[in-house]
Amino acid sequence: MNEVDYVALTIVLVLFAFVTVVGFVAARWRRAASLASLDEWGLGGRGFGTFVTWFLLGGDLYTAYTFVAVPAAMYATGAVSGFFAVPYTIIVYPIIFVFMPRLWSVSHRHGYVTPADFVEGRFASRGLGLAVALTGIVATMPYIALQLVGIQAVLEVMGIGGAENIILRDLPLFVAFAVLAAYTYSSGLRAPALIAFVKDFLIYLVIIVAIIYIAVEIGFGTIFDAAEQKMTATNPNTGAPTGSFIPPPSQYLAYASLALGSAMALFMYPHSITAVLSSSSRNVIRRNAAILPAYSLVLGLLALIGFAAIAAGTQPIGLDGKPNAQLVVPQFFEDSFPSWFAGIAFAAIAIGALVPAAIMSIAAANLFTRNIYRAYFEREASPAREAAISKVVSLVVKLGALAFVLTLDRQNAINFQLLGGIWILQTFPALVFGLFTRWFHRYALLAGWAVGMLYGTISAYQQSSPITRHFGRSLDEVPFIGDLGYIALTAFVLNLLVATVLTYAFRAAKVPEGTDATSPSDYHADAGDPRIKPIPELTDDAKAATT
Amino acid sequence: MAEPDRTERGRKLPPGVVATVAVLVLAPVVALLWVGSYAREEPRLWGFPFFYWYQFLWVFIASACTWLAFVLVRNARRDRGGDR
Repeated sequence: MNEVDYVALTIVLVLFAFVTVVGFVAARWRRAASLASLDEWGLGGRGFGTFVTWFLLGGDLYTAYTFVAVPAAMYATGAVSGFFAVPYTIIVYPIIFVFMPRLWSVSHRHGYVTPADFVEGRFASRGLGLAVALTGIVATMPYIALQLVGIQAVLEVMGIGGAENIILRDLPLFVAFAVLAAYTYSSGLRAPALIAFVKDFLIYLVIIVAIIYIAVEIGFGTIFDAAEQKMTATNPNTGAPTGSFIPPPSQYLAYASLALGSAMALFMYPHSITAVLSSSSRNVIRRNAAILPAYSLVLGLLALIGFAAIAAGTQPIGLDGKPNAQLVVPQFFEDSFPSWFAGIAFAAIAIGALVPAAIMSIAAANLFTRNIYRAYFEREASPAREAAISKVVSLVVKLGALAFVLTLDRQNAINFQLLGGIWILQTFPALVFGLFTRWFHRYALLAGWAVGMLYGTISAYQQSSPITRHFGRSLDEVPFIGDLGYIALTAFVLNLLVATVLTYAFRAAKVPEGTDATSPSDYHADAGDPRIKPIPELTDDAKAATT
Repeated sequence: MAEPDRTERGRKLPPGVVATVAVLVLAPVVALLWVGSYAREEPRLWGFPFFYWYQFLWVFIASACTWLAFVLVRNARRDRGGDR
C-alpha cells in the first residue's frame, strides 16, 4: 500500500481542479453590485432559498472529519463512541426548528451577522458578546484543523505524504489550502455554497454504491455479527470489553447525553449560524429542519462502514507503519473498489473538507471583525471596511489551522476539538434562552459561562485513555448520578444553575441590567416585513428556489 | 428591565396548534434519548439488530414530524393574515 495509486490520484486531482474553478466562478453567481460588505461577502447576500440552504448546511455540518471519524470510532470502539451521531443528528433539527427562526428574524431586523452580535444587543453587554465571540473562535479553529486531518487521511491511503522531507510531505496540504484560501477570499460564502453541490453529489454517489456493495458482497448480517464479536471480546490491555455493540444500561446516560449535548452544541458553532443566516426566510429554515435529516441517514450508513471494515478485515495502517483507525474509511474503499472509484470516494472526502473549512473560516473572521475589532477598536467601521478586515482574518484563521496541523500532534487537534464542543455549549444559555426571555441577568450569564468553561476544561483534562494521559474521552462520571455522561452537558447544567442563582442575587442587589436593543416583534419578522432590509437582487430567485 | 417577552398579538398561534407542534417536536427527542427503550438486539431486520434499524427508522419519523410541524405553523400564520 505504500505505492502511490496514480489512477485514484488523477481522479482526485481532476475533481479538485473542477471545484477550484467552481470556487472562483462563484463570485459571479447571483451577482451582487459589490462584495464589499459582510452581508454579501460573509452571508452570500442573505438570500439563499430552501434548495441552496439544504446543500450549504449539509455541506457545512456533515464535515469530512465527521465522515472519517464516525466510522473510525465505530471500527475501534463501537456504538457509544460512534453511532450516537445518528440520534444526535436527528434531534438537532427539532431543536433548531424551535429557536432558529427567532434568531433569523432578530438578526435581520438589526443587521446582526454573528451570534455574539445578538447577545451583545439583547443583553447590552459587550463583555458577554466578547465571551460568546471568543468561545466561537477558539472552538472553530481546531475544527478547521480537523478538516485538514480528513484530507491527510485520504492522502496517506493514496500513498502520498510518506516523504522524509517535511516540505514535500505536506506539500499537497499546502496546495489544497492555498487554493481554498484564494477562492474564499475572492468569493466569500458563495464559493462553499456552490462547491457544496459537487461535494454532496459525490458523497451521495459514494455512499449508495458502498451500501449496495456491502449488502450484496458482505451482507448486513455478517457485518453486525463481526462487529458484535469484536466489541464483546475482552481487550487484553484493559480487561474490559473492546467496545459497545449495543449499549448496556450503565451506558444509556453516556449515549443519550452525547446525543443531546452534541445536538445542542451543533448550532452554537458560528459556521452553522452563518449558514442559517444566509437563508432567505424563516420558512427556508423550518423546511430545512424537516429535510436535512437526509444527511443523517447518509451519516448513519457511513458509520456502518466502520463495521463493514471489521467484517472485511480492513487493516488501517499508516505510512509510519502504525495502526491508525482514522484511515479505516479510505482504506476500506482502497481495498474493496477499483482505483477509479476509490478516487471518487477520496475526492468526496477531500472536497467535503473544503466546504466546512471555508465556512468556518468566514464565520470565525466575522466574529473577530464584528465582536472584537468593531466592538473594541473602531466603533464606526464601515461595511466595506468590515468586509476587508474579515477577508484578511479568514486567511489568518486558515493559516492558524494549517500551522496547528503541521506543528502539533494530530492528537492535539482531536483533543481541542473535543474541548471545543464542551466550550461552545456554554454559550447556549445566553444565545438560545436569550432568544426567548431576558429573565437572566447579563452578569449571571457571564458567570455561568465562566464556570461551565472551567469545569468542562478541567474535567476533560483529567480523562486518561490507553492512548493519551489527558483528554482521553469526552465522558466523565456525572456528579450525584455516578454513571458516565457527556462532560459538555454536565458543564451546561452547572452553567445554568450558576446563572439562575446569580440572576436572583444580582437582581436583589439591583445591579443594572442594561437596555435591550431588541423588541418582542423583532423575533417574528419575516421576509417581506417592511422592517426587514430587502435585498432586491435576490428576492426573485430566492422565491423561485423555495417553490 | 426584565420585560414580559411574549409573542405580540395577532402573531400568537392558537393553543391547539402550539400543543400539537410541541408534541411533534418533542417526540423524536424523547424517543431517542430514552435509550433503554431500544437498546436490544432482537428482532433483527435484514440483518440489522433492533438497536440500529430502530434509530434509522427515526430519521424518517423525525423528518415527517418536523415537516408536519412546519406545515401547521405556516398554515396557522397564513390564516391569521400573517406573513405566510
